[in-house]
Amino acid sequence: MNDGRRTFLKSGGGVTLLTLLAAAGWLDAEEALAQTWNKAAFDTHSLGDTLHALGGNEPAQSRDIEFVQTPEIAENGAVVPVGVASKIPKTESIAILIEKNPNMLAAVFDVPAGTDPVISTRVKMAQTSNIYALVKADGRYYVAAKEVKVTLGGCGG
Amino acid sequence: MGEPMKIRATLTGDTTEVKVLMTHAMETGQRKDAQGQTSPAWLIQTILVTWNGKSVLSAQWGPAVAKNPFLSFRFKGGAKGDKIVVRWIDSRGDQRTDEASIA
Repeated sequence: MNDGRRTFLKSGGGVTLLTLLAAAGWLDAEEALAQTWNKAAFDTHSLGDTLHALGGNEPAQSRDIEFVQTPEIAENGAVVPVGVASKIPKTESIAILIEKNPNMLAAVFDVPAGTDPVISTRVKMAQTSNIYALVKADGRYYVAAKEVKVTLGGCGG
Repeated sequence: MGEPMKIRATLTGDTTEVKVLMTHAMETGQRKDAQGQTSPAWLIQTILVTWNGKSVLSAQWGPAVAKNPFLSFRFKGGAKGDKIVVRWIDSRGDQRTDEASIA
Protein backbone atom coordinates (compact mmCIF):
# COMPACT_ATOMS: atom_id res chain seq x y z
CA MET A 1 0.00 0.00 0.00
CA ASN A 2 2.67 2.37 1.10
CA ASP A 3 4.89 1.35 -1.84
CA GLY A 4 2.02 1.97 -4.22
CA ARG A 5 1.59 5.43 -2.82
CA ARG A 6 5.32 6.12 -3.31
CA THR A 7 5.19 5.02 -6.93
CA PHE A 8 2.15 7.15 -7.54
CA LEU A 9 3.85 10.19 -6.05
CA LYS A 10 6.97 9.60 -8.15
CA SER A 11 5.11 9.21 -11.41
CA GLY A 12 2.95 12.19 -10.53
CA GLY A 13 6.08 14.24 -9.95
CA GLY A 14 7.46 13.13 -13.30
CA VAL A 15 4.39 14.24 -15.17
CA THR A 16 4.48 17.61 -13.46
CA LEU A 17 8.11 18.10 -14.44
CA LEU A 18 7.39 17.19 -18.06
CA THR A 19 4.45 19.55 -18.13
CA LEU A 20 6.59 22.30 -16.71
CA LEU A 21 9.31 21.67 -19.30
CA ALA A 22 6.77 21.76 -22.10
CA ALA A 23 5.33 24.96 -20.70
CA ALA A 24 8.82 26.43 -20.45
CA GLY A 25 9.45 25.53 -24.10
CA TRP A 26 6.30 27.31 -25.12
CA LEU A 27 7.12 30.29 -23.00
CA ASP A 28 10.55 30.62 -24.66
CA ALA A 29 8.93 30.40 -28.07
CA GLU A 30 6.31 32.97 -27.17
CA GLU A 31 8.98 35.23 -25.82
CA ALA A 32 10.96 34.95 -29.05
CA LEU A 33 7.89 35.86 -31.06
CA ALA A 34 7.02 38.78 -28.84
CA GLN A 35 10.47 40.25 -29.48
CA THR A 36 9.93 43.67 -30.91
CA TRP A 37 10.17 43.84 -34.66
CA ASN A 38 13.51 45.45 -35.51
CA LYS A 39 12.08 48.68 -36.94
CA ALA A 40 15.48 50.37 -37.12
CA ALA A 41 16.87 47.59 -39.31
CA PHE A 42 13.84 47.56 -41.62
CA ASP A 43 14.07 51.34 -42.11
CA THR A 44 17.62 51.28 -43.46
CA HIS A 45 18.69 52.15 -46.99
CA SER A 46 22.25 50.84 -47.27
CA LEU A 47 24.11 47.66 -46.51
CA GLY A 48 26.25 49.43 -43.92
CA ASP A 49 23.24 50.92 -42.11
CA THR A 50 21.41 47.60 -42.13
CA LEU A 51 24.42 45.82 -40.67
CA HIS A 52 24.73 48.48 -38.04
CA ALA A 53 21.05 48.17 -37.11
CA LEU A 54 21.33 44.38 -36.94
CA GLY A 55 24.30 44.79 -34.62
CA GLY A 56 26.76 43.41 -37.14
CA ASN A 57 30.32 44.22 -38.07
CA GLU A 58 31.99 44.37 -41.49
CA PRO A 59 30.80 41.26 -43.34
CA ALA A 60 33.27 38.99 -45.10
CA GLN A 61 32.55 38.00 -48.70
CA SER A 62 31.76 34.32 -48.70
CA ARG A 63 31.62 31.64 -51.37
CA ASP A 64 29.86 29.36 -48.92
CA ILE A 65 26.57 31.21 -49.35
CA GLU A 66 24.57 30.16 -52.38
CA PHE A 67 21.42 31.45 -53.96
CA VAL A 68 19.03 28.64 -54.79
CA GLN A 69 15.80 28.83 -56.79
CA THR A 70 16.61 32.48 -57.49
CA PRO A 71 16.13 33.56 -61.12
CA GLU A 72 18.58 35.60 -63.20
CA ILE A 73 15.65 37.47 -64.70
CA ALA A 74 12.36 38.04 -62.90
CA GLU A 75 9.51 39.00 -65.19
CA ASN A 76 7.31 40.15 -62.33
CA GLY A 77 9.03 42.10 -59.56
CA ALA A 78 6.03 41.59 -57.28
CA VAL A 79 6.84 37.92 -56.81
CA VAL A 80 10.51 36.98 -57.02
CA PRO A 81 11.53 33.61 -55.54
CA VAL A 82 14.67 33.86 -53.42
CA GLY A 83 16.40 30.98 -51.72
CA VAL A 84 19.55 31.20 -49.64
CA ALA A 85 21.69 28.24 -48.59
CA SER A 86 24.55 28.76 -46.17
CA LYS A 87 27.29 26.19 -45.83
CA ILE A 88 28.98 28.17 -43.07
CA PRO A 89 29.10 26.16 -39.83
CA LYS A 90 27.02 27.47 -36.92
CA THR A 91 24.82 29.65 -39.10
CA GLU A 92 22.53 31.53 -36.72
CA SER A 93 20.58 33.80 -38.99
CA ILE A 94 20.04 34.59 -42.65
CA ALA A 95 18.93 38.03 -43.85
CA ILE A 96 17.81 38.95 -47.35
CA LEU A 97 18.55 42.51 -48.53
CA ILE A 98 17.55 44.12 -51.80
CA GLU A 99 19.84 46.98 -52.71
CA LYS A 100 17.52 49.15 -54.78
CA ASN A 101 14.29 48.68 -52.84
CA PRO A 102 12.97 51.70 -50.87
CA ASN A 103 13.95 49.83 -47.71
CA MET A 104 16.83 47.46 -48.11
CA LEU A 105 16.04 44.74 -45.59
CA ALA A 106 13.43 42.24 -46.76
CA ALA A 107 13.57 39.50 -44.16
CA VAL A 108 15.60 38.06 -41.31
CA PHE A 109 15.37 34.37 -40.48
CA ASP A 110 16.69 33.01 -37.20
CA VAL A 111 17.94 29.48 -37.69
CA PRO A 112 18.05 27.42 -34.49
CA ALA A 113 20.41 24.44 -34.17
CA GLY A 114 18.86 21.47 -35.95
CA THR A 115 17.33 23.58 -38.71
CA ASP A 116 19.13 23.50 -42.07
CA PRO A 117 20.46 26.95 -43.04
CA VAL A 118 18.51 26.80 -46.29
CA ILE A 119 15.55 29.17 -46.59
CA SER A 120 13.24 29.94 -49.50
CA THR A 121 10.68 32.70 -49.77
CA ARG A 122 9.33 35.23 -52.27
CA VAL A 123 10.11 38.94 -52.29
CA LYS A 124 9.13 42.13 -54.11
CA MET A 125 11.71 44.02 -56.15
CA ALA A 126 11.22 47.60 -57.30
CA GLN A 127 13.76 47.26 -60.12
CA THR A 128 16.81 45.34 -61.30
CA SER A 129 19.06 45.10 -58.28
CA ASN A 130 21.61 43.14 -56.34
CA ILE A 131 20.20 40.82 -53.72
CA TYR A 132 22.44 40.33 -50.71
CA ALA A 133 22.32 37.31 -48.47
CA LEU A 134 23.73 38.22 -45.09
CA VAL A 135 24.61 35.28 -42.87
CA LYS A 136 25.46 35.48 -39.19
CA ALA A 137 27.48 32.47 -38.09
CA ASP A 138 29.25 32.01 -34.78
CA GLY A 139 28.90 35.75 -34.10
CA ARG A 140 30.46 36.84 -37.42
CA TYR A 141 28.82 38.19 -40.55
CA TYR A 142 29.25 36.93 -44.11
CA VAL A 143 27.71 38.22 -47.30
CA ALA A 144 27.09 37.12 -50.89
CA ALA A 145 25.38 38.98 -53.72
CA LYS A 146 23.45 38.09 -56.85
CA GLU A 147 21.99 40.42 -59.43
CA VAL A 148 18.39 39.79 -60.46
CA LYS A 149 17.04 41.63 -63.49
CA VAL A 150 13.46 42.76 -63.16
CA THR A 151 11.28 43.33 -66.20
CA LEU A 152 8.28 44.76 -64.32
CA GLY A 153 8.76 46.43 -60.93
CA GLY A 154 6.84 45.17 -57.90
CA CYS A 155 6.62 48.30 -55.77
CA GLY A 156 4.71 51.53 -56.23
CA GLY A 157 2.26 51.61 -59.17
CA MET B 1 -7.73 36.74 -37.81
CA GLY B 2 -6.76 36.39 -41.44
CA GLU B 3 -7.32 33.45 -43.73
CA PRO B 4 -6.01 29.99 -42.81
CA MET B 5 -2.45 29.17 -43.85
CA LYS B 6 -1.61 26.22 -46.01
CA ILE B 7 1.05 24.19 -44.25
CA ARG B 8 2.71 21.08 -45.61
CA ALA B 9 5.31 19.17 -43.62
CA THR B 10 6.93 16.15 -45.21
CA LEU B 11 9.38 13.73 -43.63
CA THR B 12 12.19 12.46 -45.88
CA GLY B 13 14.78 10.33 -44.14
CA ASP B 14 15.62 12.21 -40.93
CA THR B 15 14.68 15.63 -42.28
CA THR B 16 11.32 17.37 -42.23
CA GLU B 17 10.60 19.87 -44.97
CA VAL B 18 8.07 22.55 -44.10
CA LYS B 19 6.27 24.68 -46.69
CA VAL B 20 3.92 27.45 -45.63
CA LEU B 21 1.67 29.63 -47.75
CA MET B 22 0.04 32.51 -45.90
CA THR B 23 -2.74 34.78 -47.08
CA HIS B 24 -1.88 38.39 -46.39
CA ALA B 25 -1.89 41.66 -48.37
CA MET B 26 1.68 42.59 -47.28
CA GLU B 27 0.88 46.22 -48.14
CA THR B 28 4.15 48.16 -48.36
CA GLY B 29 2.81 51.60 -47.49
CA GLN B 30 4.17 52.93 -50.80
CA ARG B 31 1.40 51.89 -53.16
CA LYS B 32 -1.28 54.33 -54.26
CA ASP B 33 -4.87 53.33 -55.00
CA ALA B 34 -6.98 54.56 -57.92
CA GLN B 35 -7.81 57.80 -56.03
CA GLY B 36 -4.13 58.54 -55.51
CA GLN B 37 -4.36 57.77 -51.79
CA THR B 38 -1.42 55.90 -50.33
CA SER B 39 -2.48 52.54 -48.93
CA PRO B 40 -1.15 52.30 -45.38
CA ALA B 41 1.47 49.66 -44.63
CA TRP B 42 0.03 46.40 -43.39
CA LEU B 43 2.34 43.43 -43.22
CA ILE B 44 3.24 40.28 -41.34
CA GLN B 45 6.20 41.20 -39.16
CA THR B 46 7.01 38.18 -37.03
CA ILE B 47 6.69 34.47 -37.71
CA LEU B 48 7.36 31.51 -35.46
CA VAL B 49 7.38 27.86 -36.45
CA THR B 50 7.46 25.22 -33.73
CA TRP B 51 7.74 21.44 -33.77
CA ASN B 52 6.45 19.77 -30.60
CA GLY B 53 6.67 23.14 -28.89
CA LYS B 54 10.33 23.68 -29.87
CA SER B 55 11.19 26.58 -32.16
CA VAL B 56 12.49 25.40 -35.54
CA LEU B 57 12.39 28.77 -37.29
CA SER B 58 11.56 32.35 -36.45
CA ALA B 59 11.63 35.33 -38.74
CA GLN B 60 11.08 39.06 -39.01
CA TRP B 61 9.72 40.35 -42.27
CA GLY B 62 9.65 43.74 -43.91
CA PRO B 63 7.40 45.13 -46.66
CA ALA B 64 9.55 43.54 -49.37
CA VAL B 65 8.18 40.07 -48.67
CA ALA B 66 5.73 39.30 -51.46
CA LYS B 67 1.96 39.33 -51.07
CA ASN B 68 0.59 35.99 -49.81
CA PRO B 69 3.97 35.03 -48.40
CA PHE B 70 5.60 31.69 -49.07
CA LEU B 71 8.20 30.11 -46.86
CA SER B 72 10.04 26.84 -47.00
CA PHE B 73 12.80 25.32 -44.87
CA ARG B 74 13.99 21.99 -43.46
CA PHE B 75 14.94 20.76 -40.03
CA LYS B 76 16.52 17.59 -38.67
CA GLY B 77 14.11 15.35 -36.81
CA GLY B 78 10.37 14.99 -36.79
CA ALA B 79 8.19 11.92 -37.01
CA LYS B 80 5.04 11.27 -38.95
CA GLY B 81 2.09 12.72 -37.04
CA ASP B 82 4.14 15.31 -35.11
CA LYS B 83 2.54 18.75 -34.94
CA ILE B 84 4.02 21.70 -36.76
CA VAL B 85 2.57 25.00 -35.56
CA VAL B 86 3.01 28.24 -37.50
CA ARG B 87 2.15 31.60 -36.03
CA TRP B 88 2.35 35.10 -37.44
CA ILE B 89 1.71 38.57 -36.04
CA ASP B 90 1.12 41.52 -38.36
CA SER B 91 1.68 45.24 -38.02
CA ARG B 92 -1.91 45.78 -36.85
CA GLY B 93 -1.36 43.32 -34.01
CA ASP B 94 -3.54 40.77 -35.74
CA GLN B 95 -2.31 37.21 -35.49
CA ARG B 96 -3.02 33.76 -36.72
CA THR B 97 -1.93 30.28 -35.64
CA ASP B 98 -2.34 27.17 -37.76
CA GLU B 99 -1.02 23.67 -37.44
CA ALA B 100 -0.36 20.61 -39.56
CA SER B 101 0.85 17.08 -38.95
CA ILE B 102 4.08 15.81 -40.47
CA ALA B 103 3.27 13.40 -43.30
